[in-house]
Amino acid sequence: MPAPPRGADTTMDGDPRHDLLPPGAVLDTRLADGEWHRLHPATPLLRGGIFLIAIAGYFISEARQQLVNIAIGGGDHGDPGDPVQFVTTGGRFPLFILGVAVVLILIVAVFWLSWRVHEFRITDEVVEVKSGLLRRSQRKGRLDRIQGVNIVRPFFARIFGAARLEIDVAGHDANVRLDYLSSANADGLRRDILRLASGLRQLEAQGAVTEPYPRGFVEQRVNELIAPELDPNIAAPESVVKVHTGRLIGSILLHDSTVFSVLFIVLIGSVSIGSHHPIGLVVLVSLVFGLGTFWFRRFTKSLRYSIASTPDGVRVGFGLFTLSNETLPPGRIHSIQVRQPILWRVPGWWEIRVNRASRSNARGAEGQRNTTILPVGNIDDVLRVLGLLAPEVTDVNALRLGVVGSGSDGGYTNSPRRAAVVRWFSWRRNGFARIPGVVLLRRGAVWRELTIVPEPRVQSVGLHQGPLYRALGLAELHVHTVNGPVRARLGAVDRDVALDFFEDVASDVVHAVGADATHRWRDGMANPGQPNPGQAT
Amino acid sequence: MVSNNVVSKRLELPGLTWRRVSPRYVVVDLVSTAISWLVFAALASLPAYFSGVQWLWIIPAALIVIMIVVLAFVPRRVRSIGYQLRDDDLLFRRGLLFQRFVSVPYGRMQLVDINRGPISRAVGLSDLRFVTAAASSGVAIPGLTVADAEELRDQLVALAETRRAGL
Repeated sequence: MPAPPRGADTTMDGDPRHDLLPPGAVLDTRLADGEWHRLHPATPLLRGGIFLIAIAGYFISEARQQLVNIAIGGGDHGDPGDPVQFVTTGGRFPLFILGVAVVLILIVAVFWLSWRVHEFRITDEVVEVKSGLLRRSQRKGRLDRIQGVNIVRPFFARIFGAARLEIDVAGHDANVRLDYLSSANADGLRRDILRLASGLRQLEAQGAVTEPYPRGFVEQRVNELIAPELDPNIAAPESVVKVHTGRLIGSILLHDSTVFSVLFIVLIGSVSIGSHHPIGLVVLVSLVFGLGTFWFRRFTKSLRYSIASTPDGVRVGFGLFTLSNETLPPGRIHSIQVRQPILWRVPGWWEIRVNRASRSNARGAEGQRNTTILPVGNIDDVLRVLGLLAPEVTDVNALRLGVVGSGSDGGYTNSPRRAAVVRWFSWRRNGFARIPGVVLLRRGAVWRELTIVPEPRVQSVGLHQGPLYRALGLAELHVHTVNGPVRARLGAVDRDVALDFFEDVASDVVHAVGADATHRWRDGMANPGQPNPGQAT
Repeated sequence: MVSNNVVSKRLELPGLTWRRVSPRYVVVDLVSTAISWLVFAALASLPAYFSGVQWLWIIPAALIVIMIVVLAFVPRRVRSIGYQLRDDDLLFRRGLLFQRFVSVPYGRMQLVDINRGPISRAVGLSDLRFVTAAASSGVAIPGLTVADAEELRDQLVALAETRRAGL
């Protein structure tokens, strides 16, 4: 057994061992002091206790039926197989109550014990969670490999004022989960984790942690429930990009998948009506169902969407009942893609997707991979979000031309005219630009796309040529990043230009990788203010 | 040899001498290519065998013909595989009809794998795989002698260590 834990996270007592931290370190919570801590006391209930409530509910409703029967004096005592009937007759009732009590005590004891052994600690280097009564498990994540910190607040947990903190480290489903913490602590702990991970030796003086709702318990819960999704203190309002509900609905209705599904449904429908064959109906129903699921998911996932800039990275928040918000530290976005489904061209909307190194299976409200950063936005929103995601790009004009432009303006190198054989409409637009720090790949005249890859994130560079391209003197460029929805490639590039690109990017990437320090993104940064000794009182 | 015009349109990085894989890899490639095509042809002959329809034998016959053509190109395909350890990155190429060049900075290495299949083992060769965080990098150098593969692995690990980088 390691050093005894110092109580639940809700208790802020005890002497903080700040000697483990760099001198002058000031943290928002005492949970990140390198000691073992426990989770929110309601954790067992929130994690697995829901089914107990369901069972209790079942018994109560059954018993109510029975009581009603007794009250109206019905001589009919139901059928003898009825469980409630069985336990309430023949003197079995006290025994039943005793049994229930024993089972309840056992369950509570197991829950309490499992809560006791479920501990976490956060040091300068790692975040570590250990849990399990019989099967002990321990998970450790390195802070410098953090890809994002996610706070999820399911509706049920919000009633208890609890939140789930997920720390994504690089890898497939390699997230360390702290479920559940009290809501205020989750926010503070995220700031602490990001601050420790940022490598900021002298931690900035923050204002003392103020209890946001210093009133009664019920009032506090209600306030938390109705609070805006994004705390206005976190990010400057001008850095926040929001998605309006009307635009969101419109964007879903005009999305490519909707258009294709509707076309397909009409096709299948007319065929099945024409042929009077029942199989068409089955396909039709499943298609409509699938489309409905898609709409629902996309809608709920993107409701109350906001993207904001915080000192420790980009904060993406969304959700109506289950709130979810994630902070992506700098340098954790491996490639960015701006794209436009065909019907979005009419209102001028775009969406932004990214590749990230962490791929958590259980994420957000619907368990979807959170790779869509901007569900829908106009060109100004796009440029603002790109400014948050790729702050190293100062040439906004190049980005704008990459999204909507064509031709050689803005430093783009386009496909040669002979590429029109393979790029009928887009050969004037199909091209790339090299601005310091990033590679921009622009393509598509009908389905327009711009892919942005920060050079420090490039894993390797590829150059391909098949027989057709060889005959035309063309080649295809690949910029490999971690897996995700974005694939950075550009076909139909002139052969010589492609060879130059390959050589240049390969050597630039080596330098960019060597100079990159985003894994400790605020390392060596001087502290502008004095640490506040009266912190966290 | 192909005509000059086509040669000029091929992808070629000037001023580089490629390190080639062992000529013995031709044997490995020939055997494994032949096996996979023969299995394919055997499967394709099942309909003809069971249905008794004579003209269906065209399918496996065509596959055998294609196999012979493919096998004829195997030595050149093996010669097209090359790699080069440059100052800061590993350069890899392969492919004859579909050419592919990859440049991977050493710091991007996540791990190096050495595999030895049954046919490779019979002729004393190993395959080396250089794994990055991107699955699409796909740097797999086949047909290295066992000593070469281990030397290359140690060299790559040492280089990666001096240029260690994040993700």
